[in-house]
Amino acid sequence: MSARSEPGLRAPQSRTNGDPVSEENALAAWTADEMMTVAAARQLRDGAACFVGIGLPSTAANLARVTHAPNLVLIYESGCLGAKPDRLPLSIGDGVLADTADAVVSVPEVFNYWLQPGRIDVGFLGAAQLDRYGNINTTVVGDDYAAPKVRLPGAGGAPEIAASCGEVVVIVRQNLRTFTERVDFVTSVGYGSGPGDRERLGLRGGGPRLVITDLGVLEPDPVTRELTLTSLHPGVTREQARAATGWDLAVAERLSTGAPPTTHELTVLRALEATKHGSPR
Amino acid sequence: MARLVSLADGVADLVRDGDVVALEGFTHLIPFAAGHEIIRQGRRELTLVRMTPDVIYDQLIGAGCARRLVFSWGGNPGVGSLHRFRDAVQHSWPRPLELEEHSHAGMANRYVAGASGLPFAVLRGYTGTDLPRHTTNIRPITCPFTGETLTAVPALRPDVTVVHAQRADRAGNVQMWGITGVQKEAVLAAHRSLVTVEEIVDELEPVPGQVVLPGWAVTAVAEAPGGAHPSYAQGYSVRDNDFYRAWDEVSRDRDTFRAWLERHVHRTGAAA
Repeated sequence: MSARSEPGLRAPQSRTNGDPVSEENALAAWTADEMMTVAAARQLRDGAACFVGIGLPSTAANLARVTHAPNLVLIYESGCLGAKPDRLPLSIGDGVLADTADAVVSVPEVFNYWLQPGRIDVGFLGAAQLDRYGNINTTVVGDDYAAPKVRLPGAGGAPEIAASCGEVVVIVRQNLRTFTERVDFVTSVGYGSGPGDRERLGLRGGGPRLVITDLGVLEPDPVTRELTLTSLHPGVTREQARAATGWDLAVAERLSTGAPPTTHELTVLRALEATKHGSPR
Repeated sequence: MARLVSLADGVADLVRDGDVVALEGFTHLIPFAAGHEIIRQGRRELTLVRMTPDVIYDQLIGAGCARRLVFSWGGNPGVGSLHRFRDAVQHSWPRPLELEEHSHAGMANRYVAGASGLPFAVLRGYTGTDLPRHTTNIRPITCPFTGETLTAVPALRPDVTVVHAQRADRAGNVQMWGITGVQKEAVLAAHRSLVTVEEIVDELEPVPGQVVLPGWAVTAVAEAPGGAHPSYAQGYSVRDNDFYRAWDEVSRDRDTFRAWLERHVHRTGAAA
């Protein structure tokens, strides 16, 4: 896990010598988390309706909205449809979401009228554990549900988001604790145990299309549905990605390298992140 | 017509040991003042129902009020874990906590069924997850018209639901706006209800997006200005995100938590 959350894949530039920091130097100092957030934001198409979880998904979705996707429709499970926050909310129910939404509806309505019938294009989820078929655990770590090693927050909106959205994008840091051969608990279904499972279960959404990590991008194989490494972030090796995965990670024949964050993306992202500190006034 | 009461009297009268209690409010309008009064009055053996337990149930669980929790997402929004909730589940402190765990869609629909006077609700949900293996209140059901297999969850009928709202008038008509979550359904699903409000006014001026609960559908209303803090009341206050961040540290340690509870709940009397 050499890349995770360290300040840059190349050494961060010293800013103590009084020289103005050049654009290139600023770029050199992006973090793995920033790369992950930028890579996720780029995947959101302008005009799509996106069901957004709090944390990294919310950050990436808001970055997309203020860069290339001004008409991205952000939907929060608190009932805020079309929220356009000018700062990052800490929770899915911050006042800025209701203040800027096209409509604020009840929680039963957001799930029953908007999510359940398949009106939402993209579900944007995080994960505490993820397996090779994109199944997600956010419930418990450990084999015994009644006596878990770690009690996690639980399902929230995720099971139905994973079932009903047109497609799912997962954003999650890649390491051995998270990328496990089998998740201890299936909170949200990806491709179950392989091809045909979603259809058998009657899940109407398409399932995970992309998993975006701090190391690269994984996509389900069109036939086996197994998550396959298709792209690496700049400076990351396939060996690093495989070493951070708790199963024998498949690697695409044509493994690409993603573009580093642009100055514009980084500037906007950092400005957004800065709005998270302190309470809104 | 709803009775206008003090918060202390409202809780004393309507929340009883062993009750199934729902304190709702989806991030917004969480009835913290009422939760603190329940702690102060020493209620025990409660079944706490709430979609997002949030800091308020972390406090009630840590204070030993709860026997059982019915919920769908137990984290500190945007911050991390609820440490008192985790300590209760992982180490039975201060006492064991039974769990009944759902998804948001399931919980919301359970309230809708309760409010509708139906025994259960139907949804497309939970399919393929491990939740039905551990929560017996999630069952498959066949559509009598299409033969499709769907999911049924039973109605929630709390003994008492407590919510916070912006305003009420003197007849006990309650007005709330902003993110109104599942509060209307939770109040209508319950046998008794207590609504705390920022202020009681002579006349309710209409507000865009408002939800109005008629006074005859509410048992009691208590004025509790600031009663949602550190949650918020749109138009009156903003969410105290710093408090939510600070709670992570306060709640991590049992003694620090107890000291906080002593200082900020037990030694602070309810508005009489």
